[in-house]
Amino acid sequence: MACHNAEDNNISRKSDIKRILLMGNPNVGKSVVFSRLTGVHVIASNYPGTTVGYTSGFMKLGEKEAEVVDVPGTYTLEPTSEAEEIALKMLNSGDLVINVVDATNLERNLNLTLQLLEKGTPMIVALNMWDDVGHRGIHIDVGRLEELLGVPVIPTVAITGQGIKELVESVSRASSPHLPPSGHDERWVKIGNIIDQVQQVTHRHHTWLEHLEDASVRPLTGSLIALAVLAGTFLVVRFIGEGLIGYVFDPLFENLWTPVISILSSLLGGSGFLHSTLIGSIVNGEVNYVESFGLLTTGLYVPVAMVLPYIVSFYLMLGLLEDIGYLPRLAILMDTVMHRLGLHGYAIIPTLLGLGCNVPAVLATRILESKRERFIAATLISIAVPCAALQAMVFGLVGERGGQYVAMVYGTLFVVWIILGFILNRLVKGFSPELLIEIPPYRLPLWQTVLQKLWMRARGFLREAVPIILAAVLVINILYTLGVFDAIANFTAPVITGLLGLPKEAVVALVIGFLRKDVAIGMLAPLALTAEQLVVGSVVLAMFFPCMATFVVLLRELGIFGLLKAAGIMVTVALLVGGLLNLIL
Amino acid sequence: MSDKKLVTLRQMQSGQSGKVIQVQGGMGLANRLSALGVRPGKKITKVSSMLMRGPVTIQSGNTRMAIGFGMANKIIVEIEES
Repeated sequence: MACHNAEDNNISRKSDIKRILLMGNPNVGKSVVFSRLTGVHVIASNYPGTTVGYTSGFMKLGEKEAEVVDVPGTYTLEPTSEAEEIALKMLNSGDLVINVVDATNLERNLNLTLQLLEKGTPMIVALNMWDDVGHRGIHIDVGRLEELLGVPVIPTVAITGQGIKELVESVSRASSPHLPPSGHDERWVKIGNIIDQVQQVTHRHHTWLEHLEDASVRPLTGSLIALAVLAGTFLVVRFIGEGLIGYVFDPLFENLWTPVISILSSLLGGSGFLHSTLIGSIVNGEVNYVESFGLLTTGLYVPVAMVLPYIVSFYLMLGLLEDIGYLPRLAILMDTVMHRLGLHGYAIIPTLLGLGCNVPAVLATRILESKRERFIAATLISIAVPCAALQAMVFGLVGERGGQYVAMVYGTLFVVWIILGFILNRLVKGFSPELLIEIPPYRLPLWQTVLQKLWMRARGFLREAVPIILAAVLVINILYTLGVFDAIANFTAPVITGLLGLPKEAVVALVIGFLRKDVAIGMLAPLALTAEQLVVGSVVLAMFFPCMATFVVLLRELGIFGLLKAAGIMVTVALLVGGLLNLIL
Repeated sequence: MSDKKLVTLRQMQSGQSGKVIQVQGGMGLANRLSALGVRPGKKITKVSSMLMRGPVTIQSGNTRMAIGFGMANKIIVEIEES
């Protein structure tokens, strides 16, 4: 009977819980715990600041569902930064806090734990990275820690799922010991006492990973490692990307899809509106997947066979670097250079994300502290950092004419990145703060998590890009039929032909670039451009204006005035650089 | 014979350890550093520093962090010299 009552109590307790907050220091594995609890997969990486917005999902608690919120990491609740203010606000909206703690950094993590306990929200502690504790020579007395904190403490290894079941079961035991608020120094004294009672550290020698960690942040060895990592990444991305195109996707389209298209083409009578919309124009007597521009030809071939292979290869390598924990080391090495551009080293992380897609890159600029840095970083990314979709098309189309032309596109964008950053650093008011970041330890990535993340990103691309690409191809066909593009082309001819030296029809690509950059570059293909014109066209398209999706996040992150300023810079710089290239080449 | 000597984090040699004595400048920096575990009384080890006024990397407990050159100049550390 007593047992029955206890269970009743648990259920009634559980049903009161509507909102669970996952809180903790940066890079302790909150997002992994979140995925485990809710089944909602979010991007998790081995560096502080991966989660910039907040994600929520649902988990089953007894009979009911509770919302789980993955709160961006904070070191303290004393509102010293924007992220901390947000965390503090969110804390008041939650019924339960799961404080995720890095067991290998207990002392520092307890600072937030005690502050959370002072706020009085019922809480449980997930002592995460428990598998790492042993080989770091750390021993933690979990039972004693539980007694001292007055809340359940559950050792977990979120990445393998160990301890998650126990964590969920302990929700009903959550409590709030109502610690009195304490001052800064007083709290550190308390933490010192707790650590003395629960933790023992034995000395041990450096592992090979730790020797590699040291070497990665020394000037000489660090630079050599960085060069090797970047060059290796580039080569592997190209190798896998080209391999997928040459051995998987091209044969698939040629052998399976082309016969279908041929039959469909003759069924549709070889011409007419429906034919040109679905299949497109016939080039030299046959369907050309790049130039025909039909929904079922170019509309499918561009995203699936030209861009997807590079999305897969790029995100595979990025995911590996993220999970190993290399990126913050690159930030340290790049810090001095980045200061010249008005940024600090950590801005290299959004910049690298931008080589995949500008949308998450602009969002990731939130890891930078000041508004000024965020403006400079977002502007530089949307102008001079080409996304993977655009790069794939540059490799595909410009690469055909010779590697030196691809190098010209990249070289120009890199020089623009440096010079524009230098100028913005001089012109934009305010100052950029110095680097102060925690460097995560190197971890050997788990294949399942790397592939899981890759799958999420590739699926995201297919879901978001394919509909827009198909819509773009459809719009292009309709507007062509209506003759709208001719009117625009004639109107803009002085700039396009006079300044950039491109045929006036190239303006269509610039307009479509607002929808998707990959299709836009594809539109240069049927124009019979010289290699030099292709270089000019690709560079201008990369810089001119961000795609719609990037435009929306820029508006959200920079505000309308920031966006207008950034857009003004984009158009000016694109025309200037395009004009210069036209003169030089 | 060992001698105690006060230096800034910037002046420390790579590989050298010492005890944090003071963080100069405003409370802002002191608070941010203490949240990361660097506060007076803590032992830290300098791992490396980048050339050309680049950031300094240190280890404190199991935490590693990179600290900008200017900030490193404001952290006073007591080292033992033999």
